[in-house]
Amino acid sequence: MADTNSPNPFPHRHLLGIEALSAPDILHLLDMADEAVALSRQVEKKRSILRGRTQINLFFENSTRTQASFEIAGKRLGADVMNMSVATSSVKKGETLIDTAVTLNAMRPDIIIVRHQESGAVDLLSRKVDCSVVNAGDGSHEHPTQALLDALTIRRNKGRIEGLTVAICGDVAHSRVARSNMVLLAKLGARVRVVAPSTLLPAGIDRMGVEVHRNMRDGLRDADIVMMLRLQLERMSGAFVPSLREYARFYGLDEEKLAWAKPDALVMHPGPMNRGVEIDTAVADGPRSLITEQVEMGVAVRMAVLEALAQNLPNL
Amino acid sequence: MTQQPLALINARLVNPASGTETRGGLLIMDGVIADLGGAVTKDALPAGARVIDCAGDIVAPGLIDMRAFVGEPGAEHRETMASASAAAAAGGVTTMVAMPDTHPAVDDPAVVDFIKRRARDTARVRVLPSAAITKGLRGKEIAEIGLLLESGAVAFTDGLRSIRNAQVMRRAMTYARDFDALIMHFAQDEDLAGSGVMNAGERATRLGLGGIPVEAETIALDRDLRLVNMIKGRYHASLVSAAPSLEILKRAKDAGLKVTCATSINHLTLNENDIGAYRSFFKLSPPLRHEDDRLAMVEALASGLIDVIVSDHNPQDVETKRLPFGEAEFGAIGLETMLSAGLRLVHAGQVSMARLLHALSTRPAEILGLPQGRLQKGAPADVIRFDPEEPYVLDPALLHSRSRNTPFDGAKMEGRVKLTVVAGEVVWG
Repeated sequence: MADTNSPNPFPHRHLLGIEALSAPDILHLLDMADEAVALSRQVEKKRSILRGRTQINLFFENSTRTQASFEIAGKRLGADVMNMSVATSSVKKGETLIDTAVTLNAMRPDIIIVRHQESGAVDLLSRKVDCSVVNAGDGSHEHPTQALLDALTIRRNKGRIEGLTVAICGDVAHSRVARSNMVLLAKLGARVRVVAPSTLLPAGIDRMGVEVHRNMRDGLRDADIVMMLRLQLERMSGAFVPSLREYARFYGLDEEKLAWAKPDALVMHPGPMNRGVEIDTAVADGPRSLITEQVEMGVAVRMAVLEALAQNLPNL
Repeated sequence: MTQQPLALINARLVNPASGTETRGGLLIMDGVIADLGGAVTKDALPAGARVIDCAGDIVAPGLIDMRAFVGEPGAEHRETMASASAAAAAGGVTTMVAMPDTHPAVDDPAVVDFIKRRARDTARVRVLPSAAITKGLRGKEIAEIGLLLESGAVAFTDGLRSIRNAQVMRRAMTYARDFDALIMHFAQDEDLAGSGVMNAGERATRLGLGGIPVEAETIALDRDLRLVNMIKGRYHASLVSAAPSLEILKRAKDAGLKVTCATSINHLTLNENDIGAYRSFFKLSPPLRHEDDRLAMVEALASGLIDVIVSDHNPQDVETKRLPFGEAEFGAIGLETMLSAGLRLVHAGQVSMARLLHALSTRPAEILGLPQGRLQKGAPADVIRFDPEEPYVLDPALLHSRSRNTPFDGAKMEGRVKLTVVAGEVVWG
C-alpha cells in the first residue's frame, strides 16, 4: 500500500514527450529503470505489476525494434500485449486517427503505445481515450523513451549527466530523437551541442538552448558523448545533402573524427544504423560504442515507464 | 412592387468614406438610402415607414468580404450559398466575393452563371463570383477572362493557389489589362512553402512541424509586383501575412502602381503561438506568423497601407480538420466573427472605428467598383447596426456556417451585429 501522504513521484497519466516532464520525474524513471535492468538480467524476469492489464502497441510507422522493446517490457510486467501494425500504406482511407482511437478505446485497453508519422498525432489520440498513452515517436516531434534510454545509458557509463558535453550529430531537422534528447539533457544539466550541415538544422535552433556547430571538428571537441543520428536515406541524393559519400566524408563518424572528442568519449546511435554513412563500422562495433547497451536499456526504460503509468491507472 | 420604407433612427452613423460620425437616422426607400443625418427623426418620416430605434448603436455600411470560400458547387456538405450567406448576414457581411475553388472550378462562364442563379435563389446577401485566372486553377493556361467578365465575374484569382510560373502570370496580367480586369493573387512560392504547415521558426521546430518561411510570401509578392511594374495592370494581393511584405507593397504603391492588398482578420488578431498543442483550427494559409508580424499588419491597417480586411472564410469539416496537424486542411471560417474580432483592434486603441469599417466596406467597394459600401444618398441600402460594446462568448454551436472550424471557439468578444439590411430588406435581426 502506497503512503498516501507522500506526493505522487510520477504525476502523469500519459507520456507524450520529455517537454512535460520535470527533472525529478526523469530521475525517478531512471531509478526505476536501473531496477528493471537488474530484473531483466535474472533468469526469472517476470513481475505481475501489469497482470490483468491490456497493452496495445499501435504502430502507424513500421519499427521492429521499438515495437519489440515495448512488447517485451509489457510482457515482463505481466501485461497482455497486442500488436497492431498499421503500415502507412494500408491505413484505410476514411478511418481517421480519431475513429481508430475511439474504436480501440471501446475495447478497454489500459495502455496504448503509439507511433505515428505526424507530429502531434499521439497528443491528439491521447485526448480521445480513457487509458494511458505512451508516445513511441510522433513525426519530427518527440520520442521520449529513446531520450530516457539514452540518458540511462549515459548515466550508467559516466555516473552522471550533469556537466557532461553531449554532441548530437546529423539530421537534427527531421529527428524526434534529437528533439527529445536536447530537451532531456538540458533539463538534467548537460551541455548540449548539435552538429550538422545547415540544411539539416531546423529554423530557430540557435534559440533552443543548444550550441550549434556546422563541422565535426568544432562540434566534437571535448565531447564526453557523441550521439549520432540516423540519416533517412530518402533525404539524401541532392535534397538536403549532395550525396552519401559527401555526407560520410564530412559528417560520418569514423575513428579519425572520434579522436577530436575526449579520449574517453563514448559513442551512441539510436539505430538502425546506416553503416558507412553516418557511422563507420569500426566505431559502431568498437570498444567505445554503447549502441548494443542502448537496446538493453530500451527495454528497462520502457518497463519503468509502464510501471510508473500503471501506478496511476484506476484500480476498480 | 415597392418596398415598405425603413427608418433606422437614433443611431451613431459612421461613414467610413469620409471618416465622419453623426448622430441621426437613416431612411431607406426602394432599396436605396433615401436620406440620412440629424434630420431623419421619428417625427419626419414618410407614412407607413417601419421604424427601428437604434438606441445609440452604430449604423454603418454593410461589410464587403473579398475572400470567402463557399463550397457550392461541389462541397455542399461543408457549406452552401444558403449557409454561407446566413453566416454572412449574422456577421454583418452584405456582399461577399466567392472564391473559384469549387468543383468544378469557376473557370467557365456557365459556372459563373450557376453561382449567380444559386445566389439569387438561396442567398440572403449579395454573392459576387470571382473567376479563375488559369483553367482548372492549374496555373498553366489562361482562363477565358473576357467571357468570364461578361458573364459577371468581378475579379480573377486562383483562390488558395498561387501561380508558380512567372511567364503564365505575366501573360495573364497582360491579357487582363486589356479588359481592365482585376487580378487578385495569393502570392506564395509553392516550392519554398513545400510541405510546410505553419510559420517557420522556433515554434515549428519545437513542435516538429514543417515550416513555411516568410520568404515564400515575399519572393512571390516581389515577383508579382515587378510584373505589375512591367505591365501596369490592376493587382490586388489577396492576403499578406508577413511584415517584410509591407515594405514591398509600400514601394509599389509609392511608385504609383495600381496595387492594393488585404490581410485576413486572423492575421490581425492571432499569431503562431495560438496553435498551442497542435490545434488544427489555427492551421491557415498563409500561416499565422510571429507576433511582430501581426503587430506590423495592425499598424499597416491603421496607416492605410493595408487596404482591406478579408474573412478568408474557409469551411472545413471534421473529416478534414480533426486530424493530426500535418494532415489537416488549411483554413478557418470567419464571415460571422470578422466584425467582432476586428473590434478588438478598436477597443485596444490600435485602429479607429472609421478606419476599421473603411477596410471592411468602402475600400473593397472602391477596388471592386461597387456602388455599395458607403452611407450616402442614393447608395444601395446595404447597412448594418451593431453595438460595439456588447460582450459575448463565442459558442460555435450557434454559428450559421455548416462547418464549425472557428479559431475563436470560446473566445470573449466585444461588439455584435444586431441588424443587417441588404438592398433595403432586413436579412438578420
